[in-house]
Amino acid sequence: MEVIHGTWHWAVSGFLIGLIMLVLTYFGKTFGMSSNLRNICSMTFAKKKIEYFDFDWKAQKWNLSIALGAVVGGFIASYFLMDSTDILQINPKTIENLKALNIDEPNGKIGPDALFSLENAFSVKGFFILLVGGFLIGFGTPYAGGCTSGHAISGLSNLQIPSLIAVIGFFVGGLISAHFLIPLIFGS
Amino acid sequence: MKLIKFFIVGIVFGIVLTKAEAVSWYRIYEMFMFQSFHMYGIIGTAVFVGVTGIYLIKKKEIQGFKGAEIDIQDKDFSFSRYSIGGTMFGLGWGLVGSCPGPIFILIGNGVLSICIVLLGALFGTYIYGTLKNKLPH
Repeated sequence: MEVIHGTWHWAVSGFLIGLIMLVLTYFGKTFGMSSNLRNICSMTFAKKKIEYFDFDWKAQKWNLSIALGAVVGGFIASYFLMDSTDILQINPKTIENLKALNIDEPNGKIGPDALFSLENAFSVKGFFILLVGGFLIGFGTPYAGGCTSGHAISGLSNLQIPSLIAVIGFFVGGLISAHFLIPLIFGS
Repeated sequence: MKLIKFFIVGIVFGIVLTKAEAVSWYRIYEMFMFQSFHMYGIIGTAVFVGVTGIYLIKKKEIQGFKGAEIDIQDKDFSFSRYSIGGTMFGLGWGLVGSCPGPIFILIGNGVLSICIVLLGALFGTYIYGTLKNKLPH
């Protein structure tokens, strides 16, 4: 069971993600998770007030079903298919970098306590980091018309130049965060 | 009952991304620090499979499941929208290490504090919705 419980090889993972996108295409849909942020806004509180949210979200039930399934899939994988001693064998150099920034190493955790432990997440600074990070994701993806699934996977697979521009943008932003913002926030 | 198949696709998506560790903040950081091939391998393989599949679907004019219409659309061209929006999303992705899919998957993983990220993301989308007509697209 080693094969299932450890980290899945990038080739297997990438193949399955590509296949998921193709299966959705075969079902007549387009793979894109960020649309669900708009769907949730529309179905809960924003529908009548703002034009952008005034659409028939019920036609998006299929996408909300994927989001719900994703939650369940995350649960199944982490509770039944995971050996926490054997995951996240990241580059020792990365661990060294993180140490210098006072960020704890994986040790079987999926995210660092420095960001995600409840204690840190509910400190003023920690709460603010997660909220601002979320805000940028929530504002940036509809603006760019998609996220990793919609542009990097679906869009690039259809050889779309706009998706290439968006993906380059994703990387410019990510590089700024990893190389400048994170040291600025966590470095002493 | 039509929704069940999408729910199942979602479950598979959640399992694959968790087991690939693509939902992990560490993997995203490692990717942006250029210290691992793992994430590049995943995205590269997915795009390779995708390009091949989409090409075959178009070329062989494959019919959708139970008469569903296959809908592969070209995206409207713009530079400002994709570059500005993309960079904003990238900043958030690099900071909290999750894109929209993994936000949902991490809830299932029991990472409760990701709900703060989800809250921020919904707020961000809401603000985008209110400002949409004033932004360069």
